[in-house]
Amino acid sequence: MSPVAVVPAIRCTGLVKRYRDVTAVAGLDLEVRAGECFGLLGPNGAGKTTTVEMLEGLAAPDDGDIEILGMRWPEHEHALRERLGVALQETRLADRLTVTEVLRLFRSFYPRGHTVEEVLAVVALEEKRDAWVEKLSGGQRQRLALACALVGTPDVLFLDEPTTGLDPQSRRQVWEIVARFTRGGGTVVLTTHYMEEAERLCDRVAVMDHGRILALGSPRELIASLGADEVVEFALAGGAPAPVEAELVALAGVRAVRRDGPRYRMTVDEVHRAVPGLLALLQRRGVEMTELVTHHATLEDLFLSLTGRHLRDA
Amino acid sequence: MGEYLRPLMELTLARLREQLRQPEVLFWVFAFPLLLAVALGVAFRNRPPSPIRIAVAAEPGSRAAADSVGALLAGTPRLAVAVLPASQAAERLRQGSVALVVVPGNPVVYRWDSTRADSRTARLVTDDALQSALGRKSVRAVADRTVMARGSRYIDFLIPGLLGMDLMGTGMWGLGYAVVDARKRRLMKRLLASPMRRSQYLLSFVLARLALLGPEVMVLIGFAMLAFGVPMRGSLAGFAVVAVIGALCFAGLGLLTASRARTVEMVSGLMNLVMMPMWVLSGVFFSSANFPAAMQPFIKALPLTALNDALRGIMLDGASLAALAGPVAICVAWGVVSLAVALKIFRWV
Repeated sequence: MSPVAVVPAIRCTGLVKRYRDVTAVAGLDLEVRAGECFGLLGPNGAGKTTTVEMLEGLAAPDDGDIEILGMRWPEHEHALRERLGVALQETRLADRLTVTEVLRLFRSFYPRGHTVEEVLAVVALEEKRDAWVEKLSGGQRQRLALACALVGTPDVLFLDEPTTGLDPQSRRQVWEIVARFTRGGGTVVLTTHYMEEAERLCDRVAVMDHGRILALGSPRELIASLGADEVVEFALAGGAPAPVEAELVALAGVRAVRRDGPRYRMTVDEVHRAVPGLLALLQRRGVEMTELVTHHATLEDLFLSLTGRHLRDA
Repeated sequence: MGEYLRPLMELTLARLREQLRQPEVLFWVFAFPLLLAVALGVAFRNRPPSPIRIAVAAEPGSRAAADSVGALLAGTPRLAVAVLPASQAAERLRQGSVALVVVPGNPVVYRWDSTRADSRTARLVTDDALQSALGRKSVRAVADRTVMARGSRYIDFLIPGLLGMDLMGTGMWGLGYAVVDARKRRLMKRLLASPMRRSQYLLSFVLARLALLGPEVMVLIGFAMLAFGVPMRGSLAGFAVVAVIGALCFAGLGLLTASRARTVEMVSGLMNLVMMPMWVLSGVFFSSANFPAAMQPFIKALPLTALNDALRGIMLDGASLAALAGPVAICVAWGVVSLAVALKIFRWV
């Protein structure tokens, strides 16, 4: 491994942020390598945004240390800001300014960077260049926010929930832009509560809940840590006595079982061995199955197994 | 230097564009003061004085005496005389539709309300007319020459006050609302995340404010000079200096009002709290001299009073800047102190 690759772009230790009696971030240690796409995955209220805003120098930590590109807040504030690109959650950049006017404004803050034309091409907004921002769709606004973050050719890009509320097509467009940035050697830190987004974009993911990191690794490593590749979910009709968890874990190929009323969720090594055993068991009991789904294990399954809750609880 | 100026210029342009692309901003800044000036100018235009209405009371059975007094007074300039039954005359006086009631007899009795200005005038005019008709001679020849001077009419008083109020309103709303709006929609936070300097951001508001100031003042004052003949006796340069200082003073105050507020509702309440006393006290529509002497030091210290005094001094009295050092210094002090406090307590994120 070349020495450049091991220099972290971001390093923070013991990060703490409290709001009155709520501890939003409770002692976070994090290292983001230069050139990687790093994801903070967690439900709303997990502390993702607070963490990112401390890294961006927009919120002061109550405790802990942050080092970005070898510099620190607040003493290197201006130099740091010239090398960071930021897209916050739900920002209304303008109403009656055109796309070009907004980009020219943001470009003027940076000593070097893309031309407005270049960055328009990067986010594919050339056709909307003269449209007022208030006339743009949600996806177009988000791409404009990305363009503003990219116009100063940053080394590190911070994206806070870049695709929340977007339709699938707009989401893929955003992913494409982010992926192109990392292919060009840029470092990305993004927050998301979409596991698909984390799996598609991120080299490494930190799973967060209640201001702490529960698990850290590449999406593949994290899923592998479940010890099983597949998930079998099924639901049973009432009436006959339902099997207990211990009976199900004893079935061949089953690693773990979680029950929620009539619904069951098993992580299994091999679907083709676990399912026949399950069906045989149910038949012996005379219990009727109302639903059966199997799928590859995802980060969602990991989060569920770590916290017992879904990533996107209502 | 160019490195500092380019973002400043882009921020100012962005602010101006967003403002000028909103029709309601144009209305409040340009059309509203004009409409107010026209409406008030028409309402308070100078008219020849209307006659004062008085009544002669006819007691039951003495109608003839009343008629003869009525005849003596008839034809007096500025008096409109009606002979009425005594009860009806008393009622009219109570309602205020006549200013005085004459009761014939010896002595002749004048019934009138000493707190009413038109009654006091009616008392003098009626008595003079009655005594002359009965033979009293003037001992000295006199002549009247009425004057109507430009600069002393109500509209002349009003226009500088409207301009002052306008500078206060656009300065405070222009900055206060925009700052809170940018804070609320996270634009301010997003800009702070860029290498933009905070001073560039705040200065851009001031520059955008000054850019609109010129047209705003010229429209109102130009209209007032052309349509109403309101004078501009002092130097235009001095006038411009006072207008700029006034605009900056209220920009500072607007920034201070908006320095902590997170919501538009909150800043609206604060704005009204700050501006309301000045609308009443600072001599916009009527002279602040009407308030008790004990309040005068407080009223004089208000920024809008100072600005209105300075604007009137230049426009109506032709005063020099040096002569207006007091009110101008008050404006400057308000602006500087507001800005300093605003920067100290400003909520950036």
